[in-house]
Amino acid sequence: MLKFFERIGATVLDWLTVLGEFLILAGQTFYWILFGVFHDKPVKRAPLFEQMVFMGTKSVVIVFFVTFFTGIVLAMQSAYQLERMGGTIYVASLVSIAICRELGPVLTALVLAGRIGASITAEVGSMKVNEQIEALETMGINPVRFLIAPKVLALFLMLPCLTVIGDLAGMFGGYVVGVFDLKINSYLYIQTAFKFLESKDIYTGLFKALVFALIISLVGAHQGLSTKGGAVGVGRSTTVSVVSSFILIIIFDCLITGIFYYWNM
Amino acid sequence: MDERPISISIQHLFKSFDGRKVLEDVSLDIYRGEIFVIMGGSGCGKSTILRHMTGAIKPDSGTVLFNGQDLTTILPGEMEKIKRRFGMSFQSAALLDYLSVEDNVSLPLREHTKLDKKIIDIIVKMKLGLVGLQGFEGMMPSSLSGGMRKRAGLARAIAMDPEVVFYDEPSAGLDPIACAVVDQLITDLSKKLQLTSVVVTHNMDSVFRIADRIAMLYNGKVLQVGTPEDIRHSRNPVVQQFIKGELEGPIDIRAQEAVV
Repeated sequence: MLKFFERIGATVLDWLTVLGEFLILAGQTFYWILFGVFHDKPVKRAPLFEQMVFMGTKSVVIVFFVTFFTGIVLAMQSAYQLERMGGTIYVASLVSIAICRELGPVLTALVLAGRIGASITAEVGSMKVNEQIEALETMGINPVRFLIAPKVLALFLMLPCLTVIGDLAGMFGGYVVGVFDLKINSYLYIQTAFKFLESKDIYTGLFKALVFALIISLVGAHQGLSTKGGAVGVGRSTTVSVVSSFILIIIFDCLITGIFYYWNM
Repeated sequence: MDERPISISIQHLFKSFDGRKVLEDVSLDIYRGEIFVIMGGSGCGKSTILRHMTGAIKPDSGTVLFNGQDLTTILPGEMEKIKRRFGMSFQSAALLDYLSVEDNVSLPLREHTKLDKKIIDIIVKMKLGLVGLQGFEGMMPSSLSGGMRKRAGLARAIAMDPEVVFYDEPSAGLDPIACAVVDQLITDLSKKLQLTSVVVTHNMDSVFRIADRIAMLYNGKVLQVGTPEDIRHSRNPVVQQFIKGELEGPIDIRAQEAVV
C-alpha cells in the first residue's frame, strides 16, 4: 500500500519538475523576446524571418486543404439537418461562425503542432544529443535566446495569420457546397455568412491562435531541450511533443471557450 | 614546487550522478601555457572534470579556480564573461548543422563583439588558415570529413583568442593520419597562440605525442600526475596496464566493458 502512495508521490513530483522546467523555459523565452534589446541582444531579424517563412508561408497549403475540406463536410452535415426545417440558408452562417470561433483556430493549430512542433523538437533534440546545445553554452551563447526565442516569436506572429487563411478556406468550403450543391444564390450565401458573424467571433478565434502558438512552440522547445539518449531519445521526445501539444490545445480550447462563454464575450 | 603561474586549479572535487560516485577528491593544478592531458578508461570521469572546468556542471563539493577565481560560486553573468576566454573542441565537433563553416567560426565573434563584418571575415579566414581549412568557408558541416569537422570546430574554439582551450577526445573516430594532423595542430596552436590546453583522451599515441604533463584517472580518482616520462616509467600497475593496453592486470575489465 505504502509503495502505491510512494509511486503516486514520485509521479506527482516528476510532473511538478517538468512543469517547473517548462515555466522557467517560458519565462526565459519571454524575457529574451521582450527585454533582449536592453542587453543589446534582440531577436535577430534573419533567423526570425527564416522561421516565419518556414512556419508560416510553407504551411499555407496544408492549412488551406484541411480547413477547406472541413468547411465542405461541415456544410454538408449541417445542410442534412437544416433542410428538414427548411433553413438551408443558415448553413452559411453556421459554417462561418463554427469555423471562425472554433474549427479554424483548432484545426490550424493541430496541423501546425504536427508540422512545426515536431520539427522544433526534432531539431533542438538532435542538437542536444550532438553536443551542439552544450557548444553554444560553452561559447557563452544562451541557447534559449539564440535558438528558442526566434522560433516562439515566429510562430506567435504566424499562427494568427494562418488561422485567418484557415477561416477563409473553411468558409470557402461551405460556400462551394452552399452554391453548387444546395443551389443557394452566391450573393445571398455570402451575405448570410457575414450577417451573423461578429468581430468577437474573429478575435476570440485569433486569441486562441496566439495561445496555441505558445503551446506548440514552447512544448516543442522544452521537449527538444530535455532530449536524452541519441536518436531513440529524439524520436521519443518528438512523439511526446506532438501528443502533449494536441492534448494541451484541446484543453486550452475548452478553457478559453468556457471563459468567453461565461463572460458572454 | 613548480614556480609557473597556475591557470586552472581543481581542489578536492567530488561529484555523483544518481548516487554513483563519478569523481572522488580530485585535485589538479594546470599551469599556464602547458598541454595537460587527462587520460583514463571510458567512464572514469575525464569528461566530467572537463565539464566542471568549463562551468557546464557544478560539483557536489570542491572548488574549480580559474586565475584564482572560483567558478563554482561565480554569478551566471560573470561566468558568461569567463566563458569567452575559453574555447572548447568537442568530441563530435558540435558544429551547428544549419550554418556554413564560416558562419560557425564567426558565431562567437558575431555574438560577443561589435566588430565590422569585414574584420570578422578576415579573422575567420585567418583562423581557418591556422587549422588548414582555407577555402572551405562556404561548405556545410555535413559535407566535411570527420577530421575536417574537428579542425573547423577547433577554428571556432580559437575564434575569440581564448586563454584556455579544452579538447574532449580530439582523436575519437579519426584515422591515424587525421589523428596525427589534429595532434600536430593542438601542439602548434598551443605554442603559436600561447594557449593553455586541457586534453581529455584515451588514445595513448596522442597522449605521448602532445602532452607536457599527464594525469591518469581511474575510478574517479587521480592515480598519478607527471611528465610523459614519469608516466611511461610509472611503478603503478594500473598505469602500466592502461598505457600498454594489457588484458591482465589490476584494472577491472568487466567494469570498463559495462561502462562502454
